Amino acid sequence: MAKKGDIIIDIEKCKGCEVCVVACPKQVLAAANEVNAKGYHYAIKVNAECIGCANCAVVCPDAVITVYREKK
Amino acid sequence: MSEIIKPENIVYEKTKVMTDKVMHYCPGCGHGTAHKMVAEAIEDLGIQNETIGVTPVGCSVLAYYYFAVDMQEAAHGRATAVATGIKRVMPEKYVFTYQGDGDLAAIGTAETIHACNRGENILIVFINNGIYGMTGGQMAPTTLEGMKSSTSPYGRDLKTMGNPLKISELVAQLEGTYYVTRHSVHTPANARKAKRALKKALEYQKLNKGTCLVEIVSNCPSNWKMTPVESNKWMEEHMFPFYPLGDIKVPQQ
Repeated sequence: MAKKGDIIIDIEKCKGCEVCVVACPKQVLAAANEVNAKGYHYAIKVNAECIGCANCAVVCPDAVITVYREKK
Repeated sequence: MSEIIKPENIVYEKTKVMTDKVMHYCPGCGHGTAHKMVAEAIEDLGIQNETIGVTPVGCSVLAYYYFAVDMQEAAHGRATAVATGIKRVMPEKYVFTYQGDGDLAAIGTAETIHACNRGENILIVFINNGIYGMTGGQMAPTTLEGMKSSTSPYGRDLKTMGNPLKISELVAQLEGTYYVTRHSVHTPANARKAKRALKKALEYQKLNKGTCLVEIVSNCPSNWKMTPVESNKWMEEHMFPFYPLGDIKVPQQ
């Protein structure tokens, strides 16, 4: 089984471009219905399928995603 | 909070070669990712204290706020000339310029071509999005045929407006260039490839063999009037056929 991962999104710095949403191979990310202080629909995690591949974080222009992956 | 979120499990975080300042770029702009790839390349090589960057005029004019390395602002288009001076005074430093297409391929064409022709040992990072972003989406020399901009509202007409300029192919013919390559940063795989190219180009500076130019084909969602995801798709469909990705000039063995 693939290793499990997790992400933390700095939602106040997110600009809601959704480039991470299409980069995720497991459809973990989506745009929130709520907005942050700047008025952007920030990215949120919508399921627990994350494998910690860091694809979302690599393409994030504002580097708001930190990726974790369990070690085995 | 899951038990996976622990400091020892971090596999990716914002590089230390970038400052915490929030970038002013529009949502989904390729500049942010390109900045990150340059910064990560510098971090991986461990040359943060030995690197000097030169910023252009254009959208990336404020890049000196975002890189945690020594930076110098240059007059419009003259980044390669300023970088030449810095590199000649301090040849042991790694010097790079970060320029857009309006800066490098329009007002700075002369400086760029002559710096490449002299074979200055600098790295030129060239962001090509085919438009003047900062000033409101005017036509740039790199604008594609038929592409709409605020100064070519019916699309670029080759008869009256000339042909799009392929700077990378142009400078690759010069004796002074050592490594010329074209990449993009819109997908994870492309971004990682671009970072590898930037790392190689920085390493080549130690060889004193000539100028390295890394072109990054990028998007401009605001001025192309698309969402970021649409603009990346448009870029794949329209920009890449004209500006094919890949190495244009590689070091001779």
